[in-house]
Amino acid sequence: MNGIVSYGAYVPSHKIETGEIASVWGADGSAWAKNLNVYSKSVPGPDEDVITIAVEATRQAMKRANLNGDLIGAIYTGSESHPYAVKPTSTIVAEAIGATPNLTAADFEFACKAGTAAIQTCLGMVGDKQIDNGIAIGVDTSQGAPGDALEYSASAGGGALVIGTKNVIAKINHTTSYTTDTPDFWRREGQKYPRHGGRFTGKPAFFKHVVSCGMMMMQKAGTEAKDYDYVVTHQPNGKFPIRAAKTLGFTKEQFETGLLTPRIGNTYSGAVFLGLAAILDIAKPGDRILAVAYGSGAGSDAFDITVTDEIAKMDRSETVEELISRMKIVNYATYAKYRGKLNMGASK
Amino acid sequence: MSVPRFWRELDTRYNLIGSYCKITKTYHYPRRSFNPEAGRESIGSMEDYQFKGTGEIVSSTVVHQAQTGYEMFGPYCIAIIKLDEGPQITTQIVDCDPEIVRPGMKVKSVFRKLGEDSESGILHYGTKFILNEVSNLEEPEENIPDIEV
Amino acid sequence: MREVSIIGIGITKFGELWDKSLRQLGLETGLAAISDAGITSKDIDALYIGNMAAGSTLQQEHVSALMADYCGLASQNIPATRVEAASASGGLAVRQAYMAIAGGFIDIAVVGGAEKMTDVSDSESSYTVSMGSDEQWESKAGATFASLHAMMTQSHMAEYGTTREELSAVSEKNHFHASMNPMAQFPFAISAEAVSNSGMVSSPLRMLDCAPNSDGAAAIVLCATEKAKKYKKKSIKIIGSGQASDTLSLHHRKHLNQMPAIRMAAKRAFKSCGKKASDLDLIEIHDNFTISEIIALEEIGIFKRGKAAQSILKGETKLGGKIPINTSGGLKARGHAPGATGIAQVVEIVQQLRGEAGDRQVKNAKIGMVENHGGTAATAVVHILEGE
Repeated sequence: MNGIVSYGAYVPSHKIETGEIASVWGADGSAWAKNLNVYSKSVPGPDEDVITIAVEATRQAMKRANLNGDLIGAIYTGSESHPYAVKPTSTIVAEAIGATPNLTAADFEFACKAGTAAIQTCLGMVGDKQIDNGIAIGVDTSQGAPGDALEYSASAGGGALVIGTKNVIAKINHTTSYTTDTPDFWRREGQKYPRHGGRFTGKPAFFKHVVSCGMMMMQKAGTEAKDYDYVVTHQPNGKFPIRAAKTLGFTKEQFETGLLTPRIGNTYSGAVFLGLAAILDIAKPGDRILAVAYGSGAGSDAFDITVTDEIAKMDRSETVEELISRMKIVNYATYAKYRGKLNMGASK
Repeated sequence: MSVPRFWRELDTRYNLIGSYCKITKTYHYPRRSFNPEAGRESIGSMEDYQFKGTGEIVSSTVVHQAQTGYEMFGPYCIAIIKLDEGPQITTQIVDCDPEIVRPGMKVKSVFRKLGEDSESGILHYGTKFILNEVSNLEEPEENIPDIEV
Repeated sequence: MREVSIIGIGITKFGELWDKSLRQLGLETGLAAISDAGITSKDIDALYIGNMAAGSTLQQEHVSALMADYCGLASQNIPATRVEAASASGGLAVRQAYMAIAGGFIDIAVVGGAEKMTDVSDSESSYTVSMGSDEQWESKAGATFASLHAMMTQSHMAEYGTTREELSAVSEKNHFHASMNPMAQFPFAISAEAVSNSGMVSSPLRMLDCAPNSDGAAAIVLCATEKAKKYKKKSIKIIGSGQASDTLSLHHRKHLNQMPAIRMAAKRAFKSCGKKASDLDLIEIHDNFTISEIIALEEIGIFKRGKAAQSILKGETKLGGKIPINTSGGLKARGHAPGATGIAQVVEIVQQLRGEAGDRQVKNAKIGMVENHGGTAATAVVHILEGE
């Protein structure tokens, strides 16, 4: 049986409220919050980045399943905010969990779905018996240009999944993808902040891919929305995932557990991982989950998952809810300082 | 810092690898090939040991004039902590109001960025510590309305 | 072992000496010390230079040859040695020369200390000072030099009840002494309230608890006592010398509120001359932070452990008190130019024992001590001086 052997999550312990950001730009905070359905977003500390978040999430996953580093044959980290342009995040994660040197590692980039592409790669390698376990990581510390609409949502966080064949807590029954060339959002090499196509990011981009991929997945699995206990999709804001889920026939009970963006913002590559982790925190054996990621540029990866009896044996303390509840509020000045938005002058 | 100077201590920094002296049955951090208390006999008797990453505050201070590379933290807490196995280390205590840190508080390790050579230079990662008890933190304000459906 | 005397002294004003280079400072004090001693360059057998940080601040190592050259001693190919032990560099240079003369290798040595801390930015000079602690496991972990002393202070406060008022009394007293020292960087008095209300650097240490990073130089001429009379009528004898070290990192110490290296250096210095703490008339203490003066006085044995701070507050270490400490103003108010500090401290005691200290003269001063340490007292050097 191929699937999820363990899972880990990490969200930084600072957050900024939408109203605080809006007040800096003279915008209507409550209107922005309501329009985006994003009320606060996570803020990484000055010493946090994709690498530290990936390590924390992966260490949690390793600890939960009592796994040693030498059991890991592959590590793939998906992100669009890797600290290095050249030099892998995944090797640092491998060293930090004691998985070196007998493994393969690489970093993935596909906007917000780089991490789910890593899951598919691990599934293939595990299924082909090349490795016993592989780790797929989705993490971002994404940035929105000051004053841009993205600034209200772009946040930080991520998760890690150990994909393997033994002691699987959630079986991945099927996966499918839907990919086109749709330039809705991009960041050119060397640029600090991404650009986007405004409303073009909606219908022809996010909705087309997520809904099409979700439908394809259910067709392939022979399921309907009512067969699932939970659904989680990519969530660039708090509204898109709700509309997509509803279009696919899901109800609030099915999507509310995995919907975190209203409280932590858009964690990009981390979003589906965190939503799925929040679901696995409370899932019972037999629960069925549909997960649909979306990455700009554009593509969707969908997963049909069934929770197994193994999950009941796992120590699932330190939940995503606990991570979110410890977040403390910072003001815009602190946020700007932490996120490197201050011009420190030529000497730096 | 030069690349090899940091690289050769990666496991010590990342995973709190220190040494256990089989002669005195004591723990040492960072790694030592020689235990000053046991002298020459200890050479060859020092084993690698991965610390659990738990300990308690011995003394602490809130730094207002930051060390080079720590300017972005504003006032931050520096502490000497005693690891449960015995050795003491100097570390930053992160993710809390620095003013609340007191001797005796329990801490645990986290993986953080320690610094960088320069804007284009190598990044340094390693271990810092946080307070164990979430209850030591300020209560977050909860003003998120019900999720809109 | 031969007896050793100090026959000449020279010192610059400490402070922000924008128009003076390291070599200029060294030359000025060297010449002053030589003319005070009444010797010529031909009489000098060796040169010892205390310097902590020329490599980091000026990208200049080999300061020994530099100083020999610029003091006009290169043509006689004089043996020149640089000594480095962070802020104890000066004191340790004195000890090296002392041992060379006592051991009979040479008769006359010039010991100079010089430091330029203002040729770099404030943050660079602060980082340079913290190189005296463990750069890898303290500085890089975010600990400033002040923060390490702040933790010593926290520990001392917790164990002995040391108060803010007592810390402030150290600075107030040292500034009062500096107000009578024209060579001091801050030759003016400040109130204890001003110290208590100054900006926080690293809790509980405030701006006016901390010594500045200064430019400055000082030099002395040491001579075998048996030959001293030939040059100087009134010389000051070095009767005791002691040195000790400790763990480089503060966190490897058993007690954060003690400085065992100072205790051991003082013990060795006392032993070498058969004197004890009660024989001392005055001391120059390495008060890089107010807490250092308190702990050092406890380690030397002037006050019982945990009692120094109260005695300082009561005025016992003020000019006219039981045992005047830091009549020069100390590192806090005279200034702190790391390599020069240990030698400047000797200069002060020599002036006092000669009876040339002007308004700040300690009456009937016969025996004085110099305590100089580096890092968080990972090196300590103590000398005991006696007037004629």
